Amino acid sequence: MAHKWGLAVDLDRCDGCGACVTACHAENNIPTVGEMQAARGRAMHWIRVERYWEGEFPNVRLKFRPVMCQQCDSAPCEPVCPTYASHHTADGLNAQIYNRCIGTRYCANACPYNVRFFDFFNPAWDKPLQLQLNPDVSVREVGVMEKCTFCSQRILATTIQAKAEKREVKDGEIKPACAQACPAKAIVFGDLNDPESEVSRLAESPRGSKLLEDLGTRPNVNYLQRLTEA
Amino acid sequence: MKLPNDATITTDLLHPLLNTSWRFYLLVAFLGSIVLMGLSTWIFQMVMGFGMTGINNPIFWAFYITNFVFWIGISHAGTLISAILRLVNAGWRRPVTRCAEVITAFALMIGALFPIIHLGRPWLFFWLVPYPSSRMIWPNFRSPLAWDFFAINTYLTGSLLFLFLPMIPDFAIVRDHSTGLRRKIYGVLALGWRGTTKQWHRLETAMSIMAVGIIPVAVSVHTIVSFDFSMAPVPMWHSTIFGPYFVAGAIFSGIAGLIIAMATLRKFLHLENYLYPLHFQNLGKLLLMMSLLWGYFVFNERLTVWYGNHEADMNVFWVTQTGSFSPLFWTMVTVNFVMPVIILGIKRFRTITGCVIASCGVCVGMWLERFLIVVPSLGHKYLPYSWGTYTPQPVELLITVSTFAAMTLLYTLFAKFVPIISIWELKAGKHPSPALFPEGAREHPLGEVHI
Repeated sequence: MAHKWGLAVDLDRCDGCGACVTACHAENNIPTVGEMQAARGRAMHWIRVERYWEGEFPNVRLKFRPVMCQQCDSAPCEPVCPTYASHHTADGLNAQIYNRCIGTRYCANACPYNVRFFDFFNPAWDKPLQLQLNPDVSVREVGVMEKCTFCSQRILATTIQAKAEKREVKDGEIKPACAQACPAKAIVFGDLNDPESEVSRLAESPRGSKLLEDLGTRPNVNYLQRLTEA
Repeated sequence: MKLPNDATITTDLLHPLLNTSWRFYLLVAFLGSIVLMGLSTWIFQMVMGFGMTGINNPIFWAFYITNFVFWIGISHAGTLISAILRLVNAGWRRPVTRCAEVITAFALMIGALFPIIHLGRPWLFFWLVPYPSSRMIWPNFRSPLAWDFFAINTYLTGSLLFLFLPMIPDFAIVRDHSTGLRRKIYGVLALGWRGTTKQWHRLETAMSIMAVGIIPVAVSVHTIVSFDFSMAPVPMWHSTIFGPYFVAGAIFSGIAGLIIAMATLRKFLHLENYLYPLHFQNLGKLLLMMSLLWGYFVFNERLTVWYGNHEADMNVFWVTQTGSFSPLFWTMVTVNFVMPVIILGIKRFRTITGCVIASCGVCVGMWLERFLIVVPSLGHKYLPYSWGTYTPQPVELLITVSTFAAMTLLYTLFAKFVPIISIWELKAGKHPSPALFPEGAREHPLGEVHI
């Protein structure tokens, strides 16, 4: 049976530490653009922790929401790309083919979550940081769009390994960098087509909801709403 | 005032072609240096990286796309207006059509450059062309940008044909009035025109076909340009009104561009005997009508959003209505609606100067309109965490300025090498075989001009 990869994010567990952001940068060779460019709105974080305040001081409530590509089933970014750089894979991911991208940035406009990022300059790393680049992930050149892939390199490596061993991928065997790094285990990755998987179980939760669901994008990330006060 | 006769028409209108003053060279050098500056700025942008622009996350489209829509809008001056005036056989069109059609050709060329300038990797723009590549990858025909590519190319091809056809007899006139190399070049351009009855007949047929064909193409082009926005689920973009709204806006700015071009030609090429205040008054009335239509569309767009009261839309609505973009919004309303209605609605003000003032306002206003569609919406999408704003950077300003210089330069060169007013159409009444012409074409060369 084909896979349908999805995430569950338990907002009750997220304490906004940002470990997922750092892990994602390290895993996916995402350049740090520096102070100047970040101030101009060019910061690149495939996953970001959105912080919202609710209520009036002193009765305020802080909410964190890690937002990454929602890997929508009906993704607005896909049909608008004139060169098929943004396209849908068989296992339900929104793939971005960097080599095919000519940089119209239309996908980023169409994405309601603003989780697509543009390479405004060729990436650079301060020495010796270039030595920590992940060899499994291509470095993107100036002028292309990039975004969260659900760590497709890890998905690919594990499925190939499983196939070689003539077995199915076990639930929890694949962990994207963000899920692996999360100290509170707030992020769970798995196969939504497998009803026994943890991510499917969490998706059934009454606290479950999807981001901007009313836009009809059918995202594959389930957010478990926060119930506790703090 | 004496009406021009056949002999003076030819000498007057060939004058700019056969005589060149030092001021022409100075103007071309001046405009050419601005265009060169624009080109080198573009190269600079490509070498240094796209980050030299003010584009950021989430404002992924800004000045370049504004310019793109603006120039494609200006291009609706020509072919559409000239085709309509030809079809209804309006006599006063005769001195107007060519200077209108040529605006279309050049504005389209400039407008079509912007989607390439705005690409992250402009050297790969040809991937939009459906050529049989070894990898068997076609462009994505579901993408409005691919539709754009075809729409603009169709319109450009059609407009160039529509511009070229009525130029053939005029090329022959230039050929017959010149010697040496110039005679050879215009001889080639005239495609062996001898003015036989058969040739006239074929020309008329071809022009009728083009005039009918180009109107739906022109309407579809700007509708498809509007689809670039209305197809995306972005607040205040995702609207069904965008198609007709953009077409109306395009014709609106196109007429304004035409009036400015005509007034400039009249002054610098001394065409007072050909372009009368009446032409400006007629175009002014058309501009007034389009101004009212534009106001109607804006009112519709705004009212439905406000009444619908959708949260995401309302954020964009208020930021343009009373927020940081409101000075631009109210400037737009003033110069696009209030000013034209006052200047062109009152007969005493509807002079050449009045029309030109109103047109300049409309050009500014229509540029702002496109900017206000592109930027505030992108800056205020659904998640407030990723809201943003935009400041243009020097590269964008320089490239924008240089395209206006490019338009003026191309227009100047065209007026230098081609009679900017169609000589044979002015003389159409004295045609060798008047039977071939419809009734309306047999009136006075200048049409129903009452002086």
